[in-house]
Amino acid sequence: MINQNSYQAVMARKNEIMKKAVGIDYSLYETGKISFDYEKLMRDNGYPLSGIEAIQKAHGVGSTPLKELHNITALARHYCPKGFGARIFIKDEALNDSGSFKARRASVAVYRAKTLGYKGVIAATSGNYGAAVASQAAKYGLKCIVIQECYDSHQVGQPEIIEKARACEAYGAEVIQLSVGPELFYTFLRLLEETGYFNASLYTPFGIAGIETLGSELVQDCLVQTKKLPNMVVCTNAGGGNLSGTARGIKKATDKAITIVGASVNLKGLHMASDHDFNRKSFTTGHTGFGMPFMTNPDRSDVPRSAARPLRYIDRYVTVTQGEVFFMTETLVALEGIERGPAGNTSLAAAFSLAQSLPASQIIVVQETEYTGAGKHHQAQLAFAKQNGIKVDFGNPQDEIPGTSIILPSHPGLIKAQEVDLNQIRQSLVKNSVKNEQFITEVDLDFLCQETNQDYPWLKNELKKLGIGVIK
Amino acid sequence: MIKKNTWVQIEKVVLKPEERAANVPLDTKQVPLLMWVKGYLQNDAQSGDLVSITTLSGRTEEGLLVAENPAFKHNYGDFVPEILQINQMVKKILFGDSHD
Repeated sequence: MINQNSYQAVMARKNEIMKKAVGIDYSLYETGKISFDYEKLMRDNGYPLSGIEAIQKAHGVGSTPLKELHNITALARHYCPKGFGARIFIKDEALNDSGSFKARRASVAVYRAKTLGYKGVIAATSGNYGAAVASQAAKYGLKCIVIQECYDSHQVGQPEIIEKARACEAYGAEVIQLSVGPELFYTFLRLLEETGYFNASLYTPFGIAGIETLGSELVQDCLVQTKKLPNMVVCTNAGGGNLSGTARGIKKATDKAITIVGASVNLKGLHMASDHDFNRKSFTTGHTGFGMPFMTNPDRSDVPRSAARPLRYIDRYVTVTQGEVFFMTETLVALEGIERGPAGNTSLAAAFSLAQSLPASQIIVVQETEYTGAGKHHQAQLAFAKQNGIKVDFGNPQDEIPGTSIILPSHPGLIKAQEVDLNQIRQSLVKNSVKNEQFITEVDLDFLCQETNQDYPWLKNELKKLGIGVIK
Repeated sequence: MIKKNTWVQIEKVVLKPEERAANVPLDTKQVPLLMWVKGYLQNDAQSGDLVSITTLSGRTEEGLLVAENPAFKHNYGDFVPEILQINQMVKKILFGDSHD
């Protein structure tokens, strides 16, 4: 007899479980062989921007200050020709209830759960999102379960994830901690079935719509403070929701083109599902281990169709090193008197480098910060790295080998964001999308143009290279 | 003896090594998928016993009793001198030696 709770049996009924747990029948949005109607999914299951602002305002979320980093801008101008070095601003999202921009995502998801009559919410996350969901659930009197990948098989935990568990528990959530492995999803599905709670996934339309206010606010804040629009907005990128939601919000606030840059910590060579590698990284989010796969295959998330689709919005994608982010985290403390958690400063490290190639009259906005605390702090994480045998030294950060060394720049001029070839990423997305097909339809063609933000000739050429036909 | 209704943490095996997903790396496949969860002890027990607990969401979970009144002990770690060096370096670049 087949065990109904076996890994295979539970995974086989994942779509059925998800339908009940998010209240969305995703099959309604499927259009072609590989395409779905993204905007319809967002429209049917979202709220207008003004509605989201009202939900958030009533629940301790949003209206965070945009702060000009005068001293960090001055420091960047030491390393570029006169007349260059854009003004760097930061949206201090750590001041949301629960301490990060994730409160924006959670606020709409939990509101939705309450509206639909669910008794509780579940989130699978090792990041700030857990505390965000737990905090919002507390406000609505809903039960909350957070599932984390927290420890290696010896129960040695990542300090920043342990701190996030503490925060979740402080807000009254039940925290399930797991050792390393993608089968976290199996535990998640079983809990959804057992409890009948709402899946407060990071990747539902509600979660992404919640971030749109961040994009629209930063445009308005910038106009009020400088009488100008930002020229560039830098988003720390992991699963792609932060970038997608922010860019969507920006587009709702202005017709003018603003360059959207994604930034991730380079963790090349470390396997995200490896028990051994787990505690040899110093960043558990905002890194390429999530950024790359989620960009080339957004539907790998915990819902059938992810509302985070970063390639539709991204103009440039850059990586920075662990050493560069730690350096900028301390620089933010030293020069601006703002102590914030390291992972959220990934985009700040990138902005410090990117600002040097923009005219001094231009404006670059770093669109988030996150709270810092025990475990979740550059001091704690560098100490933990040393304990795990990672060499920490000063030098050229480009010499850093993730899992072996962390190279802190020996001077700030060595912080250099590295450009990722987006064309290759787009090619991978196309390849992943059509991997089970011999031909696609015209509606799929439109979809892939939107997914890659490219035109027909580009796409047709890619499909030709892959030997994929198009039928009417 | 740990009394019934005490707040405890249990450990359980979710998947044995042979039950793990096909796509996990070799080092991960050699170890079980473990879970730790906290709740109220349903009966008096000793550390290491197989016990049942009631979690905060009201669920029952079963596993080995590993901690009584489990505490968070994470901290800021051993002092990292490089951080102080960064602090002084950037101040010196921006404000000059006079800053000292």
